[in-house]
Amino acid sequence: MMKTISKIFGGRLTGFLAAVMLLVSGVAAAGDNPADPYEGFNRAMFGVNEGIDTVIVKPLAKGYDAVAPLPVKASVGNFFGNVSDLFIGVNNGLQGKPGSGASDIGRLLINSTIGIFGLFDVASEMGLEKHNEDFGQTFARWGAGDGGYLVLPIFGPRTVRDSFGLLVDSAVDPVSHIDNIRVRNSATVLRFVDVRASLLPSDKVVEEAALDKYSYVRDAYLQRRRNLIFDGNPPKLED
Amino acid sequence: MKRFVFFALSALLAFSVWAQETPDAMVKRITDEVLLIVRTDKNLINGDTKRAIELIDQKVLPHFNFQHMTALAVGKDWRKATPEQQQRLTAEFKTLLVRTYSNALTGYKNQTVRYKNFKMNPGATEVTVQTEVLQPGGQPIQLDYSMEKLDKGWKVYDVVVGGISLVTNYRDQFGQEVRANGIDGLIKAIANKNKSLEAGKK
Repeated sequence: MMKTISKIFGGRLTGFLAAVMLLVSGVAAAGDNPADPYEGFNRAMFGVNEGIDTVIVKPLAKGYDAVAPLPVKASVGNFFGNVSDLFIGVNNGLQGKPGSGASDIGRLLINSTIGIFGLFDVASEMGLEKHNEDFGQTFARWGAGDGGYLVLPIFGPRTVRDSFGLLVDSAVDPVSHIDNIRVRNSATVLRFVDVRASLLPSDKVVEEAALDKYSYVRDAYLQRRRNLIFDGNPPKLED
Repeated sequence: MKRFVFFALSALLAFSVWAQETPDAMVKRITDEVLLIVRTDKNLINGDTKRAIELIDQKVLPHFNFQHMTALAVGKDWRKATPEQQQRLTAEFKTLLVRTYSNALTGYKNQTVRYKNFKMNPGATEVTVQTEVLQPGGQPIQLDYSMEKLDKGWKVYDVVVGGISLVTNYRDQFGQEVRANGIDGLIKAIANKNKSLEAGKK
């Protein structure tokens, strides 16, 4: 099955995910949290990611945050945000929300032209709200269960379902289709660093608030995803 | 002097609207008050956490029901705790929440708050007030307050940021601790966390 998936989605990420799944099935010992069946593996991977973050990613993000002036950071965020609007629109369509989907495509058209290649988010100022959609959310709307929490190397918190979503997200990602390898790699790194930099302010809060950082991050991720799947209005859970 | 008159006036105003104030109006009033101070207070702008805690203590905390928040965070185990344990738990959890989220105020950078349309049934005793924090160059962040009507007026018992409840996000961690070391173990764990944060501040 992995071979077919790999044919469709390109080899690298598929291979990467296959390796993760294999590792998980090897190490996984059932924890007592039903939402986190691979807790043993996840905790180990969380530790590895924390290490990578501390040594490489966070310093990069901090440097970027310190050096780049606010308008530059805003433009970088807007640019990649604009690129992502195409498939946000597609996902809204796939989730049976043609109105939202049309608005996303409208955003893409406006920001790519009047917004000068997406550097400015003119559409938001015109009242076309930016949405947050991806294939993981679409699969959830189609009825797929989350398959358990899963911490991926480098990509961090996901669920099994969101990992498959990531596979499709990456396969269709316009940035991954840039022909020039150097431009593609630079764009990928810049986007990653920009996203990480935008999360810097919450680092301290998580660090100080959590008794057990692993659980805190996991539960925050799961709550956040639930909120996104229901577009900000999830049904209330029983206490 | 001018400042004093302004504060006296706003205090008077606040008092007179107290009784019949709707929950959304209350959230708006307090948010506006706090943001005004955050924008103008030099110490806060310079990242003074102590000042932020002071401000939260005066302006925000009176409108929170920490007992309910703690019960919600602890979940099923809450009923196993004695009233004395519940009190200590509430005190420690309050300290932890106030300290960690006061920091968010010192990180304030030109955000503004948008209030979503609020509808409430006349007899309602539980509501959610929905707001959005807008930041230049970033996506809006959803910020919701779950509130309940008590004898002393409306009180907040949960704060939900981008869909993440700052209260129930503790449930699993607290459950872990209670299962391993009992209610007293949990109280001790939060107290230790508070102490280490206090020590790190110096």
